[in-house]
Amino acid sequence: MGVAFLVLPLLGLLVRAPWSDLGPQLAQPQVGQALRLSLVSATLATVVSLVLGVPIAWVLARSTTRGRSVLRALVTVPLVLPPVVGGVALFLVLGRQGIVGRWLYETFDYTIPFTTTAVVVAETFVAMPFLVISVEGALRAADARFEDAAATLGADRWTTFRRVTLPLVAPGVAAGAVLCWARALGEFGATITFAGNFPGTTQTMPLAVYLALQSNPEGAIVLSLVLLFVSLATLLLLRDRWLGRSGVPS
Amino acid sequence: MTLRAHVVVRRGALLVDVDLTVPPGQVLAVLGPNGAGKSTVLRVLAGLLPPGGGRVVIGDDLWDSPERHVPAHERSLGVVFQDHLLFPHLSTTDNVAFGLRTRGVRRAEARRTAGEWLRRVGLEGFGDRRPTQLSGGQAQRAALARALVGEPRLLLLDEPLSALDARTRLTVRAELRRHLAEFAGCTVLVSHDPVDAMALADRVVVVEDGRVVQEGTPAEVARAPRTDYVARLVGLSLLSGTATGTTVELDGGGRVATGEVAAGPVFVAVRPETVSLYLSRPHGSPRNVWALVLAGATPHGPTVRCDLEGEVSLTADVTATAFAELGLLPGAQVWASVKASEVAVHPR
Repeated sequence: MGVAFLVLPLLGLLVRAPWSDLGPQLAQPQVGQALRLSLVSATLATVVSLVLGVPIAWVLARSTTRGRSVLRALVTVPLVLPPVVGGVALFLVLGRQGIVGRWLYETFDYTIPFTTTAVVVAETFVAMPFLVISVEGALRAADARFEDAAATLGADRWTTFRRVTLPLVAPGVAAGAVLCWARALGEFGATITFAGNFPGTTQTMPLAVYLALQSNPEGAIVLSLVLLFVSLATLLLLRDRWLGRSGVPS
Repeated sequence: MTLRAHVVVRRGALLVDVDLTVPPGQVLAVLGPNGAGKSTVLRVLAGLLPPGGGRVVIGDDLWDSPERHVPAHERSLGVVFQDHLLFPHLSTTDNVAFGLRTRGVRRAEARRTAGEWLRRVGLEGFGDRRPTQLSGGQAQRAALARALVGEPRLLLLDEPLSALDARTRLTVRAELRRHLAEFAGCTVLVSHDPVDAMALADRVVVVEDGRVVQEGTPAEVARAPRTDYVARLVGLSLLSGTATGTTVELDGGGRVATGEVAAGPVFVAVRPETVSLYLSRPHGSPRNVWALVLAGATPHGPTVRCDLEGEVSLTADVTATAFAELGLLPGAQVWASVKASEVAVHPR
C-alpha cells in the first residue's frame, strides 16, 4: 500500500509522458535555460551551505556550551517552516525595504530580490539544515579521541579539524551535500516568493513546471520528467556510497 | 628535565590526588585497577584535561598550575593510546609524519624521518599501508613511532599492550622495553597488568581510588605489597593480623603460624605457589591448615590460579595436572595448607 502510494504517481508521470513529442519539447530554449539555472543555483546553494553549515555542525556536535540547544533549534526552524513563509521572511529582511536589504541598497545600490542571487539565497535558507543535521550526525558518530591524538601530536584546533576531523567525516559531508543539493533543486515556495519567476534569471525547473502546467500540461510533464531523471541519476550515482558505508546518516 | 607532577582532579565521585616524579630516561608505571583514576592522570599530563589543582612541571617548563594550562598541542609530548588511534584516512608513513608536519617540518623531510622511524620499529616496507591493513602488533609499533618521532620530553603510554593477543604481547613487550631504554625523556606508563608494569618500569606507583597506596621499584612492591589489591596483583594473598611470637591472630578470625618472629600489627603474605590443596585433611608437618571453598579458578600459564574463600581468603597456584586430579568445581570444599616457613610477615 505505502509503496504503491509512493510509486504510483511517478508511474503516472511516465505513462502520461508524450514520448513521441519528447524531442521537440526538450529542445525548447526555456527548458535548457531553466535546467541550467536550476543546476547552477542548487550547486551554488550547496557550496554556500557547506561553507556556512559545516562549522555550525561542528559547534553542535563538539561544543558543550549551553547555547547549543538554542542554536540547534534555530538551525532546524527552516526545516519545519513552510518554504513560502521562509521566502516572505527573507523578503522582509533582504528586500529593498528590509533591515539588511535597505542598507545594501543605500550603500552599494544593490538589491537581492528577483535576481539569481535571490534564488541561491532562498535555496540555501531552505536546504542548509539538511546538511547541518547530516554532518552533525557524522561528527557525533566519529571517534573524538582521534582529535585528542592529533592534539598530542602538536595539531591546534584548526589543523585538527582540517587534517583529521573533516577527512574522517567526509562520507557524512558528502551525503549531507547530496541531500542539500536535492532539496535545493526542488525548492519552490521560498524561491517564487523571494526571487520571483523571471525566465533566465530566477525561473528554476520547479517554477517552470508549475507555470507550464497552467498553459501547456504536456510541457509540464516533460519538465517533470527531466527533474525526475536528474534526481534519479544523482541517487544512483551516490547509492553505492550510501549503502556501502555504514554510519552515514541518511 | 625531570617531570614533577601533582595532579588533583575530580572525576564524578572520584577525587584523584596523585604525586609523580620521573627523572629523565626513567619509566614510571602507574598501576591500578580499572576506575582507579590512572587514565585521568594520563589525560592531565597530556594536557587533554585541565586539572582541578596541583602542578605539572617538566624541567623548567610549567605545564599546569592553578594559573596556567598549556594545551596538549603546545606540549612536547608523545602518547601511545590504548587502541593506538592511528588515523584511518592516512597511510602509516603519514601517520608517523603527522607530528612533524604540525610542527612545520616540510612534507618530504617529514616523510623521510617517518620512514627512518618505521625502520627502527621494524615496519620497513609497511609505510604505504593503511592502519586497517596492519596487525595489532604492527599498529602498536606504528603508534610508538608516531609518538617518538618528534623526540618529545614526555612519553605517555596508556595500556600499551592490552589490545594485543598473548603471543604478540610477549614480543612487543620486549621491543618496547628496548625502545624505552633508548628514550632520553621521561616515560609514564599506565597499566592494570602488573607484568607489563614490572617488566617495563624502573619505578611503580600503585593507585587505588585516586590515591597512591604504594610506590617503589617493581621488586620492592612485589616483595612487600601494602594493600590487598597490590598483593593480588603480584599474586600474593595478604592477611592482616596481630603477631605474637610465631603466631599471628588474624583480624578476620583464625590464626597463622609463621616462620619468623614478629610482634604487633602485621601483614602476612602467602605466595600462591606455596599453597597446597587436598580433598581431605592433610597429616604431617604443615602447621597451617584451613577448610575453604573454591570460589573460582582461572588458567594462568601452566598453572591454575584458585581463589579460595572461608576463614581466610587465599590464592593458590596448582599445576593444571594437579587441578585435574583433584577434580574441583567452583563451590567445592577443599583443604588448603601452607608451611609456616613459607609465610612472610611484614610489619604494618
